[in-house]
Amino acid sequence: MSSSTKRSRMAYDGVVVAAPITVPYQRFSSEPAHGWAGAALRALARETALGPRDLDGFSFSSFSAGPDTAVGLVQHLGLMPRWLDHVPTGGASGVMALRRAARAVQCGDAAIVACVAADTNQIDSFRHTLATFSRFSQDAVYPYGFGGPNATFALITQAYMHEHGVTRADFGRICLAQRANAGSNPLALQRNPLDLETYLAARPIADPVHLFDCVMPCAGAEAFVVTTPEIAAARGWPAARIMATIERHNAYPDDLVQRRGGWAMDVDELWAMAGIGPGDIDCLQAYDDYPVIVAMQLEDLGFCPPGTIARFLRETHFGIDGTLPLNTNGGQLSAGQAGAAGGYQNLTEGLRQILHCPLGAQVPGARRAAISGFGLVNYDRGVCTAAAVIEAL
Amino acid sequence: MTTPRNPLPPPAPRDPLARPQLHPVAPGARSRAMQAMAARAAQGRFVLQACTVCGTATYPPRDACPRCWGTLAWHDQPTGGRVLANTVIRVSTDPYFRDRLPWHMGSIQLDAGPVVLAHLARGLEPGARVTMRLMLDRGGNAALFALPSDAAHPPQPEQGATIMSADPQGRTFVVPVAGATVLVSDARQPVGRALVGALAAAGARLVVAGLPGPAPMRDAHDPVLGLPGVQPLPLDVTDPVSVAETISRIGGPLDIVINTARHVRAGGVSHDGNLLGHHRALEVSAMGLARLAQATAPILAGRPSGAFLDVLSVKALAGDAGHAGFAAAEAARLSLLQSFRHEMRSTGVRVLEVFTGPTDDADHQALPPPKVAPARLAAAVLDALAQGREQTCVGEVAREAMRRWLDDPALFARETQP
Repeated sequence: MSSSTKRSRMAYDGVVVAAPITVPYQRFSSEPAHGWAGAALRALARETALGPRDLDGFSFSSFSAGPDTAVGLVQHLGLMPRWLDHVPTGGASGVMALRRAARAVQCGDAAIVACVAADTNQIDSFRHTLATFSRFSQDAVYPYGFGGPNATFALITQAYMHEHGVTRADFGRICLAQRANAGSNPLALQRNPLDLETYLAARPIADPVHLFDCVMPCAGAEAFVVTTPEIAAARGWPAARIMATIERHNAYPDDLVQRRGGWAMDVDELWAMAGIGPGDIDCLQAYDDYPVIVAMQLEDLGFCPPGTIARFLRETHFGIDGTLPLNTNGGQLSAGQAGAAGGYQNLTEGLRQILHCPLGAQVPGARRAAISGFGLVNYDRGVCTAAAVIEAL
Repeated sequence: MTTPRNPLPPPAPRDPLARPQLHPVAPGARSRAMQAMAARAAQGRFVLQACTVCGTATYPPRDACPRCWGTLAWHDQPTGGRVLANTVIRVSTDPYFRDRLPWHMGSIQLDAGPVVLAHLARGLEPGARVTMRLMLDRGGNAALFALPSDAAHPPQPEQGATIMSADPQGRTFVVPVAGATVLVSDARQPVGRALVGALAAAGARLVVAGLPGPAPMRDAHDPVLGLPGVQPLPLDVTDPVSVAETISRIGGPLDIVINTARHVRAGGVSHDGNLLGHHRALEVSAMGLARLAQATAPILAGRPSGAFLDVLSVKALAGDAGHAGFAAAEAARLSLLQSFRHEMRSTGVRVLEVFTGPTDDADHQALPPPKVAPARLAAAVLDALAQGREQTCVGEVAREAMRRWLDDPALFARETQP
């Protein structure tokens, strides 16, 4: 991007995010995605006393609502919004829904936007989701053994381990810490303690990816509300302001194997806009489909200097009471991956921590959270990246 | 009837109540651009799209150049590459691959530019030089396969074929002859006879040599029909009863059917025309193929590497006033073969075609060279099976005709008139 087309960005004044909602996940569900979206809005109504006609903005993300898009959901759920968005960026959809809705509220196009991600996981529906995920994966990825994302991330993981001298035990530190964090989250699907021996001895799925490097697909829904500080205050909703966001798609297409994400292109802008640095945040909710992607985010978002990730993984304590509390609900690796809701749970968890209403244990005195998203393995790598920094009012 | 000199080995005892083994095929849905790649893979070409404006080669197949948005065209490309990363898939949700785990795949940087995901031969690690093959998978779709390569001496096609059939993963992309039961439909003609010998030499478990009647005395002393592992049986593809009887006498599994039956006679439509000859040509070439396909399709579908290979004349591509009936019969045969291929996609049975020009036999005595020697045609059939190649043209005449037909079918149809 030439510097002449790059303009300074407007702060997110006059916008807040509130009302984090998590509908308890289920391993399998015969309920369609629409039902999970309905459950999210019912929970939102209990939390905020909002009804169908109170929302004037609606943003929706799902892999399993087909043939419907956000349009179908509007009529299905009795909404009458004057602003509508469908965000198809999967694991990056939470941050992307937030930053789009924020500008709509800031500019007056909408006043109360409900952002919802919902996905079901019927028996065998995961296979169908994979088989029709994208044209490139249908043509050029899944015919090669149909390992799903496990195989794609196995290739990325192998190259990353080789480049950075990261070992399986180093990745294990991420997975073990998140499992320990999940211990206090009653909604996490996997809460049994995990030790390094068990992690290392797990069965291989697609070498070098082993069982505990993989998320468990499940059904679930997540939601939050974007509105003005005035409305939040009048209705008595605890809320947070948005300090900064970034978004990037198809970054570094000439990297032969994905070795970094779009965060690396935009990290300076993120922290400059926020006016703080990585050391000033109280928890990081990073997208964790595989530990290698968590490691990439730690480096690309500036939590460790370039080239030092192996040491950083060995020396950092990622627990809720640690030096860098990471994925404090257990993340997808322990709580489960509910489709597109997996790209929302990092945002709702970060918001809960700074609003001091966590599902599990509280990060002591948390006020600021960094949230990072990563979505859509269209061919050989994740295409969409995003990040946000939020702060409790 | 010919007296069998090599009695058929008894088929393995079968439990009639046993549940048959299902043979799911590789996942099938593809974009139109990927289908275009498969159409070229079928001809044994290694192609990628390149931009008509900036020349950049691209993959996966697209509908516009990602560098300049120019239009794309298919071009033959260098087959070299280097392994970037590899994995062994040990868990899959797809029924086809679940039956065949573990599965080796990886990413390859092609010398042509793009990074591709590919099936890997055993033992390939990051940094290894590879030679790429563009194959068709069991669903009939284009698939990239990486074979080990010495940068200075890329393997010959035969070497690659050996590696493919020795590799458990590679075997699913080819038609293994070793250990297979093969039926050749007309072993009385020189081409079919050469094939029977070549198949036996290649290690087929059993070659059933189909012989249209009546059986001459010389059959009893024929050295090819007397080879170990060769079983002569009467087979007249114009007679449904004969076809059914032959299939039932094979009794056991049948892996490969090779149809060489045809009836070549000169003559035009209105001039020098012999309607009986035309009719006979259609009965043998077209209806014979249909009878054989109908009778053997269910058996082939139950086999792990079932294949139906048809040897046909390149005259199938356009009319020929000198051999009007024969050209028409061969055209009908090609059409039936294409329909049969579509039918068999869902079963994983490969339907292959080998085009030939005039063969060096009694049918083409009046023609000057070049003509295809039966032994050469037999070798080409075995190569087509070993490579899993859907379309093969043997000899100068067939290759040249196919090239001209692909280039401009309307012009080709005008030019082929004598």
